Amino acid sequence: MAGAAAHAHDDHKPTGWTRWVYSTNHKDIGTLYLIFAITAGILGGLLSVAMRYELAEPEIRLFHGLAAMVYGFEGDAAIDGGKHMYNVFTTAHGLIMIFFMVMPALIGGFANWMIPIMIGAPDMAFPRMNNISFWLLPPAFLLLLMSMFVPGAPGMYGVGTGWTIYPPLSTSGSPGPAMDLAILALHIAGASSILGAINFITTIFNMRAPGMTLHKMPLFAWSVLITAFLLLLALPVLAGGITMLLTDRNFGTTFFDPAGGGDPILFQHLFWFFGHPEVYILILPAFGIVSHIVATFSRKPVFGYLGMAYAMVAIGAVGFVVWAHHMYTTGLSLNTQRYFVFATMVIAVPTGIKIFSWIATMWGGSIQMRTPMMWAIAFIFLFTVGGVTGVQLANAGLDRYMHDTYYVVAHFHYVLSMGAVFGIFAAWYYWFPKMTGYMYNSLIARIHFWLTFIGVNVLFFPQHFLGLAGMPRRYVDYPDAFAGWNMVSSYGSYLAAIGTLVFLYGVFEAFAKKREAGANPWGEGATTLEWQLPSPPPFHQWEQLPKVK
Amino acid sequence: MPWQMGLPQPATAIMQELRWFEQFTLWFIIPITLLVLFLLAWCMVRYRASANPVPSRTSHNTTIEVIWTVAPVVVLLMIAVPSFQLLTSQYTPPDEPEITIKATGLQWFWEYEYQDAEENVSFASLMLRDGDRAAQNKEDRALYPRLLAVDNEVVVPVNTTVRVLVTAADVIHAWKIPAFGIMSDAVPGRINETWFRAEREGIFYGMCSELCGMDHAFMPIAVRVVSQELYNDWLVAAATDVPGANQALRAAIYAESSVAQAAD
Repeated sequence: MAGAAAHAHDDHKPTGWTRWVYSTNHKDIGTLYLIFAITAGILGGLLSVAMRYELAEPEIRLFHGLAAMVYGFEGDAAIDGGKHMYNVFTTAHGLIMIFFMVMPALIGGFANWMIPIMIGAPDMAFPRMNNISFWLLPPAFLLLLMSMFVPGAPGMYGVGTGWTIYPPLSTSGSPGPAMDLAILALHIAGASSILGAINFITTIFNMRAPGMTLHKMPLFAWSVLITAFLLLLALPVLAGGITMLLTDRNFGTTFFDPAGGGDPILFQHLFWFFGHPEVYILILPAFGIVSHIVATFSRKPVFGYLGMAYAMVAIGAVGFVVWAHHMYTTGLSLNTQRYFVFATMVIAVPTGIKIFSWIATMWGGSIQMRTPMMWAIAFIFLFTVGGVTGVQLANAGLDRYMHDTYYVVAHFHYVLSMGAVFGIFAAWYYWFPKMTGYMYNSLIARIHFWLTFIGVNVLFFPQHFLGLAGMPRRYVDYPDAFAGWNMVSSYGSYLAAIGTLVFLYGVFEAFAKKREAGANPWGEGATTLEWQLPSPPPFHQWEQLPKVK
Repeated sequence: MPWQMGLPQPATAIMQELRWFEQFTLWFIIPITLLVLFLLAWCMVRYRASANPVPSRTSHNTTIEVIWTVAPVVVLLMIAVPSFQLLTSQYTPPDEPEITIKATGLQWFWEYEYQDAEENVSFASLMLRDGDRAAQNKEDRALYPRLLAVDNEVVVPVNTTVRVLVTAADVIHAWKIPAFGIMSDAVPGRINETWFRAEREGIFYGMCSELCGMDHAFMPIAVRVVSQELYNDWLVAAATDVPGANQALRAAIYAESSVAQAAD
């Protein structure tokens, strides 16, 4: 089986720009996705640092200047322009981080790279579709960026509706073309993801190596399979919703306009029917990655493999029937709220199984604290923090207070900014030697970890206090009593931003120093198929299919 | 309050129950988080490669898997019982509301309408600009904080159940008073109903809690809870002159509090 990595002589590897633009190779496309995600992540991160700088002290201190600089507002108009611009930033930060950073990194990047290798397939099932999946993203991203510079709300520029784009704020409240551009950006990004999902489902169902039954498949492949189903079922609902938004805006329909018999709340149902599975789409691949990393560096097989796989299936399935817990305050009936409280709390059970199974995987192991393991352990802990606040928020009675406060902001950043993003960095350090053939500098990687770990906790933990004290989210300015924790939170943001610079330097350093990583830098704990290939893997792998016992 | 870390002081029984429930959940979630932290730390120390060079090969243990599936179910049930009680009491006013106020959200202020007053009382409530403080006799920034104080507060009597009908005229807003433990989205085309029964006098502030555009952060909500007598006087006066009625009400409250201080 080790010989399966033999390099074939007839693989005509394209060179120059055609290798990338015309690429049908899953590894090249994965690399493109990762570069794209890093670029978008830096941009989305800069937006968030600007917002944290604004919020570090009461009163508007940055955005009136930004609005004057970018849009040419003058005097008092700059203040108003700045207030709107802050909303544009929250909107763009959310959309960029979800659609153009986390999803491209985890699904397009790591899954594209590793799923064919891990299941013993030569490539994805539909290589050309893989190409178009990626190349739809840059135009979608450009549309979203363009939307920030064209008229949106009356007299203002950009989409300031939040990533949730609720009508009527996104219809009559934003008459300019910015909203249309953002809707089209979501359409194209959604189409890209649907095509990718089809590709992953087909690949995983049909192209596993001989002997690799579903119940022997690596957990990352399980996580991506479930994620692909969620994408396939959830994104068309978003596409339908935002198409209705588009026709309400431009063609006189009234799906969401009460004046014509429509209902603004209908959009919220459609949006969250997509939006809630979407948050599991963001986190499930990270679950899979963390399982591999914990097992590798504990030198133990994953504890409770089947429980881990079916816990993800359960999370994915139940994730489709909890959407209205985002809508407790919209006027849902008492019984509807009771149902959604109950269904939402159920999700804590499979999630708990995963947390405890990771710990049990470490238990009795022989643990090496390499950089990927540090990120993975931090993931488990911080995801737990975000998980337990999620259990609180599930209770409609309590959510009545916490809804739309910073408590929610803290909660979803603990599960996403510390869950999904820590999963991404864990995967980055775990697979970087495999993908590039080079070893990163361990010291730089550790500095990156600790700066980020301390930074994001200083950034987001105080936001729990702000939420409990009642500070609403999406506020450009706040009553002076909230100043203290906001200042602390902003310092955390600066620290995390410095961490990102260290990350980028670490990438540069690894490519500059070219330390050979070898086929398997992690030792005998790394048992999945990718570690049987050289680093980097050949342009086409598994020309002789590996056999799985 | 600066550096506040928890929920505000309740002014209604609902908020009291909500605050109790929040603290009740902490009794579960903080120990669970600490347990996970402890187990992770224990594994990192006890099973580090140098201390445990030969890993075990255990990958199944049905007993422990059943335990960590059932234990969370039990915890969730223990949370669910008071949770459902809280949710139910939020929808169960103690008596038929005596006063009905309609709150309409607009970009970017609130309009209020007292629905069952004999004479029509309705007014707009806008955020107090710093320049207008002196004219309105609202110089005290502790009582009338920046971004929270408004020109015309909602006035209600203490210990009285008040129904609030919440709607909007342009985009979605949300009407929220943290100290009362209530929040209701203001949605164009529909009327959401909520209620409160304030148990102490004072001014209670809230903020618009659904993103509504440029001045989302600048359309606060203020409810002034007063004695039944002062409320009756205010309502009569407000039928013809809302700012005047508010001015008279403030004077009466100042007088009352200075008498109380003198008696101390």
